[in-house]
Amino acid sequence: MTLTYHLQIVNLLAALLLLISFAMLSQRRIVGLVTLFAWQGAALALSTAIVAWSTDQHHLYYSAAITLVLKVVAMPWYFYRLVRKLDVNRVVEPMINIPTTMLIGIVLVIFAFNLALPISEMSGTVTRSTLGIALACVLLAFLMMITRSKAIPLVIGFLAMENGLFFAATSATYGMPLVVELGVALDVLVGVFVLGIFIFQIRETFDSLDLKHMEKLKER
Amino acid sequence: MSTGILLQLAQTLLAILLAPLLMGWVNQCRAWLQGRSAPPITQPYRTLKKLFHKDAVIAHHASPLFRFAPYMIFACMALAAGIVPTIANDLPFSPAADVIALVGIFALARVFLALAAMDIGSAFGTLGARREMLVSFLAEPALLMVFFTASLISQSTQLPIIVQTLAHREFAIYPSLAFAAVAFWMISVAENARIPVDNPSTHLELTMIHEAMILEYSARHLALIEWAVALKLFTYSALGVALFLPWGIAAQGDVAALPLALLAMVAKLLLGGAVLAFLETISAKVRLFRAPEFLGTAFLLAVLGMLIHFLLEV
Repeated sequence: MTLTYHLQIVNLLAALLLLISFAMLSQRRIVGLVTLFAWQGAALALSTAIVAWSTDQHHLYYSAAITLVLKVVAMPWYFYRLVRKLDVNRVVEPMINIPTTMLIGIVLVIFAFNLALPISEMSGTVTRSTLGIALACVLLAFLMMITRSKAIPLVIGFLAMENGLFFAATSATYGMPLVVELGVALDVLVGVFVLGIFIFQIRETFDSLDLKHMEKLKER
Repeated sequence: MSTGILLQLAQTLLAILLAPLLMGWVNQCRAWLQGRSAPPITQPYRTLKKLFHKDAVIAHHASPLFRFAPYMIFACMALAAGIVPTIANDLPFSPAADVIALVGIFALARVFLALAAMDIGSAFGTLGARREMLVSFLAEPALLMVFFTASLISQSTQLPIIVQTLAHREFAIYPSLAFAAVAFWMISVAENARIPVDNPSTHLELTMIHEAMILEYSARHLALIEWAVALKLFTYSALGVALFLPWGIAAQGDVAALPLALLAMVAKLLLGGAVLAFLETISAKVRLFRAPEFLGTAFLLAVLGMLIHFLLEV
């Protein structure tokens, strides 16, 4: 180990991100899911700030601040309110049982690590070894979206995927240009609000947030 | 060499004698946290003394295995306690078994306990033995994975070398070890029949695992098993300390560091016991069929630790 301490901390936070992804995969309650999402955002913001500090990339500070405000404060608050309003916080069994999901998750992690290895060798950043973890987070969020059928976990899965992509950008190229990141942040924010309205509409129409009902949509 | 043997003897005896004290400390913390008045910290010793003075009652159908098993279990745990470095590292006894053999020693004790439980033929014994096997066959691979993670870092399965590498080299953050530590915690909770998996203070037939197996034992046999249980908790704690908080364990032949090592050990065990009691107080026992999920998570964490070692630390 010849890494400096702040890089070791970034590695530790990357590992934490992966752990939170798995925790989200195994979480049965929606409120727990929202809390985990907030923690993931916090780990992401902290690691981005440390990368910014250790590499003197000032625009990353702004990214970290946006992440902190949006994904740790605003969106979890909005989701908590949504869950309370819709009264949907009860245990939801995912479509595949949890130990099986976890095993699929491990396979995905191995796949992502192997996939990222040649890519990260081409990259010149100091944080390139965490690219595999970022990719694994994206795939795990995908898996979460596949195994859930309720609307709110799906939205959170989508946001977790965005978290993974953001982390991948930070670790591979020290983040995207600030304009792009601002655009993405705005998109995500608007997306969440639109999806929130959708969720209300879905419940109005089907009396449930289970998206399985939407498979039956047919014109008579 | 002779100092080594003396130290080895002292360390093993210390483990055997202090193990009930750790149990008493955990029980005391639990009582405090639950707002009960706590039993004295020496209560396990009193229980042992009482049990040793009683006459053993043994079922008519009991085979010699039933009488022999408690001695075997106690011997296994004493052996394990001798191998794990608690205060001094690299003692003459430690090359006897590496971490994989250590898992084997625990398994041997468990097999004898399960066999003895089935030996009497009572329904409870069989039930307990089967449940114990269910828990342990899931916990064992996870424990091995934890050890593999530590072995990958230090490139040896010998405990003294692992401790040497982790304690006396330049300090570095190992994300993989953080995962392994959480996994190890979950495994030791399951293996020691503590709360999320089993409740050590229940005799409720639907939920008990460990207690169901030792229901037929009495007097000195029961005392030996209780002592072995305390010793197992102590050994697991010492193992956790050696793998994840190894600072303070005296290096080989460093006699001057021993008092400090002893002090560090006591402090770490006090802290560990308090944390164990706290976590037991805030969590509820899970259904038996959720136990595989609990241990599956432990296995997952251990595997993740290994994968992360390959990604970040090579």
